[in-house]
Amino acid sequence: MSATELSFTPHAGAAPATSQVLAQARYEFKLVMRNGEQLLLTLIIPLFLLIGLTYMPFIKGDDQPRISVVVPGIIALAVMSTAFTAQAISIGFDRRYGVLKLLGVTPLSRLRLLVSKTCTILAIEAIQLVLILVVAAGLGWRPGGNPVAALILILLGTASFSALSFALAGILRAEATLAAANAIYLILLLAGGTVIPREQLPGWLGTFGEFLPSGALGNGLRDVMAGEAGIPLVSVVVLILWGAAGAAIAHRTFKWE
Amino acid sequence: MSTALEINDLVVRYGTKTAVAGLSMTARLGSVTAVVGPNGAGKTTTVETCEGYRSPTAGSVRVLGLDPVADSAALRPRIGVMLQEGGVPSSAKVGETLEHFARFYQNPQSPRELINLLGLSDVSATYRRMSGGEQQRLKFAIAIIGRPELVFLDEPTAGLDAHAKRIVWDVVNQLRASGVGIILTTHLMDDVEQLADEVFVVHHGRVVGNGSPEELTSSELPTMTFRATAGINLASLSASLPNGVSVVEASAGSYRLTGIAGSQALKLISDWSSEQDIDVHDLNTGRRKLEDVFMELTRGGATES
Repeated sequence: MSATELSFTPHAGAAPATSQVLAQARYEFKLVMRNGEQLLLTLIIPLFLLIGLTYMPFIKGDDQPRISVVVPGIIALAVMSTAFTAQAISIGFDRRYGVLKLLGVTPLSRLRLLVSKTCTILAIEAIQLVLILVVAAGLGWRPGGNPVAALILILLGTASFSALSFALAGILRAEATLAAANAIYLILLLAGGTVIPREQLPGWLGTFGEFLPSGALGNGLRDVMAGEAGIPLVSVVVLILWGAAGAAIAHRTFKWE
Repeated sequence: MSTALEINDLVVRYGTKTAVAGLSMTARLGSVTAVVGPNGAGKTTTVETCEGYRSPTAGSVRVLGLDPVADSAALRPRIGVMLQEGGVPSSAKVGETLEHFARFYQNPQSPRELINLLGLSDVSATYRRMSGGEQQRLKFAIAIIGRPELVFLDEPTAGLDAHAKRIVWDVVNQLRASGVGIILTTHLMDDVEQLADEVFVVHHGRVVGNGSPEELTSSELPTMTFRATAGINLASLSASLPNGVSVVEASAGSYRLTGIAGSQALKLISDWSSEQDIDVHDLNTGRRKLEDVFMELTRGGATES
């Protein structure tokens, strides 16, 4: 064993809140980057679809280049995959393996844990955004519209999907959360107006999609990135309502143990 | 020595099920307090109430003088907890995990030195690939990384080999000597005999016995036990016994003398056995085994509906 004598005399105390939050965010970020399924979900599928949909004639560009319609949808998909699907799966398993329970007796409070999870998500989204935009630029995409409005929508979508991920993990067990999160991801990807513009879906489906969080984010991003003025009100209201509903359900059902 | 823990008439109910039914106990700093009892006795619920995971239905709990729920933020930095089940993500590595937990505290122990001390040499092993014993030691390290005043250990040596168990016992002894309070939940009498200064035996949500291991194992009357072939005629032995001393065959082949112990008893038995040409073995004088005391106190169904 070690020759050094450790002192076990109590010297307790919490580190500053910011150090705790940053430590937790860094740790979780490392774990996500090590997880193949999470990377597939958050990075590989969006990039694969970006390239595929740009070259395939599934989505029409109408008066603009096809890629200008594809990119906002891929960004919406990326936000959903990180803030909703990947997060629901990771908190489901963290809870099941007692990770959240153990954190509950450390100085890291629940609020700080939520802040650190948000930091982790924003860091992953930043990587997603950079990769998507770089690849898109390589495919001939040129930025357009209002980047500030797009950023506001992305943040709002992140908050809304995060609340929904806690709600899902609150209602279901870990394995069921995994299955449901993946199934919902697939349904919203195909049917929700996420990557496919509402105008190109059958009428009722397009309208339906507008009231889903994924559709609200996808449609909203397509509007502002196509140069529409202001922030689309319908998208904002829909995202806020879903976020509020998710937060209310999570508050009632989510247990940290 | 000051008080680490004070529980008064604690009652915890889940719906209609009563997990803890009026339990009182105290524990000191610089001391190892063992909470033992069969599964479902209410040990875990009691300890988790002290850790702030649940609120008492009735009664009071003070940990380091604080209310574990209301004063949670002030209490959490001062305690360390080792859970029986999990607590570490399966893809996390030993080194980074201990370093990570260290960052929650102001004056943490050096993760590297703690890893060396506990013999967790492979810092890049992921949690899911570690042996059960290594996982236990990592969880133990997490509980003490923040240099806490009070540590809760739930079955800390479960699944450890003899060598690893020694290491953990040694560190627990060092913690105690340094003034740390240790609450040990266990069903391994080995741990209790090695470590505990004070034992609380919990059954059906209540304390059914407490004291130091010595107090618990010493009988009111001196006793002596021995083994021999079953069904010996004890008349000749009884006849030679002084007043107030009796002998019975407690179970087949297992005999108990009550009212006498020590060298006096030894001499009596050896004289008698050589005289009668009886082969006597397993002579035991003075103390009962902790295991026996435990079984006696918690007889009558392991769980309660």
